[in-house]
Amino acid sequence: MKPKEELTKGIAKNNPVFVLLLGLCPFLAVSVSVINGIGMGIAALFVLLGSNLIISLIRNFIPERIRIPCYIVIIATFVTIVELTMKAYLPTLAQALGIYVPLIVVNCMVLGRAEAFASKNNLFSSFLDAIGMGIGFTLALLVISAIREILGNGTFLGLKIFSEFEPAIVFALPPGALLVIGLLLAFLNRKRGK
Amino acid sequence: MKNNLYVITSPYCRARISTSRIMWTVSAALLPATTAAIFLFGKAAFIIIVYSIIASICTEAIIQYLSKKPITIFDGSAFLTGLLVAFNLPPTVPWWIAVIGSVVAIGIGKQVFGGLGQNIFNPALVGRVFLMASWPHYMTNFTLPFVYDAVTSPTPLTILKHSKSLPSVSYWDLFLGLRGGCIGEVCIAALLLGAIVLLFLGYISLYIPLSFIATVGLLTYLFGPTGIGSGDWLFHLLSGGLILGAFFMATDYVTSPLTKKGQIIFGIGCGIITTVIRLWGGYPEGVSYAILIMNAVTPVIDNFTKTRIYGTNIKKE
Repeated sequence: MKPKEELTKGIAKNNPVFVLLLGLCPFLAVSVSVINGIGMGIAALFVLLGSNLIISLIRNFIPERIRIPCYIVIIATFVTIVELTMKAYLPTLAQALGIYVPLIVVNCMVLGRAEAFASKNNLFSSFLDAIGMGIGFTLALLVISAIREILGNGTFLGLKIFSEFEPAIVFALPPGALLVIGLLLAFLNRKRGK
Repeated sequence: MKNNLYVITSPYCRARISTSRIMWTVSAALLPATTAAIFLFGKAAFIIIVYSIIASICTEAIIQYLSKKPITIFDGSAFLTGLLVAFNLPPTVPWWIAVIGSVVAIGIGKQVFGGLGQNIFNPALVGRVFLMASWPHYMTNFTLPFVYDAVTSPTPLTILKHSKSLPSVSYWDLFLGLRGGCIGEVCIAALLLGAIVLLFLGYISLYIPLSFIATVGLLTYLFGPTGIGSGDWLFHLLSGGLILGAFFMATDYVTSPLTKKGQIIFGIGCGIITTVIRLWGGYPEGVSYAILIMNAVTPVIDNFTKTRIYGTNIKKE
């Protein structure tokens, strides 16, 4: 695969959320507002980048049988870095994201890329893969959280956009997240099927 | 849709029953309740009903046109869904609530699953629950009948929930609909009239309504405010949306079990969930949630109560 394709496949063709359906749990939970969505996306991008690089570097030293625990340790290291940094410099965002930042450790997207890609490919490919997948995840979060924040709260990035609009609270609640992703997936599948 | 599975042997008698005929008959059976609603709540109720029905039919037509399916807006099912959405709204809601409710009912409740016969949940109740979660203040803003100046008044069940004591409404007032409530649920007399017509025509059976209502009656009698057997069961039967739900929404062919045994289980389940929500839950009324939850369980009930096909799976002695 060409380097360009490694980079772009995560954004459209193999989008981790809309196509691979990975990492849906934090995805649905934090997509209430755009700022949370962006924060989560960037955190996941950083962890993905770090873990993909390290795992790709040491992929020939990790024993086959205990590879998953090894990946988890590496991922957890980066998650700890993200969590402590966020708590130090962005305390409000850290509070809003809550438990979902430490939970990136068990995010299927991060572990999935480690197992399916970084452990089999060289450093440069893994780097491009992580960037592409991370951007794909962040963009998907941006789309869903924008829909949910506008419909569920009447705001975008905390700014009121309509003067006379009564938001449908359901979109800020868990059922709204499932409705939005379900309808979006149905729409995208239909578009792709053609 | 044309059915090509003709079996031609004996000279059969062709029944005049069809989906569209059933849908229009059920709509007609709701006519007394519709009339009562317009009589009790005036122009506001009429406007909400008209908006709901138009929105519901338009949504069905647009989605079927966009997905290139045959347009079946005249089979009465969209009309009935629109009417039931309106029946589940308080008379004070603005027109756009009725429109959004119907769009959600047809769009998310029905067409997303593939149209009539494919939906898991009762479409009208999907619309109602969506509105309840989205705009709770509109959906719990009731007025008394014959009061047209938007003075809000809680429903008997809301009073019961908040003050823990029975409101001062006579059974006759409840039976005739002289109380606060949703447009279609208040006049029990008119609803029962329509239900009797449907029962007489054989379009609905008594299994679901009777087991549903009997379970609510029994449980509310048993778990009364001052100990076992002190509950006012008649008040619970006549208030809220129980009669509307039990006869017209729980009996929806698509979303209820097929066998008699399954239907009785379905009714009892609805009754238990309704009572639990009314007596111990956060909401004053739970009929809509009860029916939706049991809709979700329906495939399991059907699987569990499957009848044995004659000659197969004979038990070994």
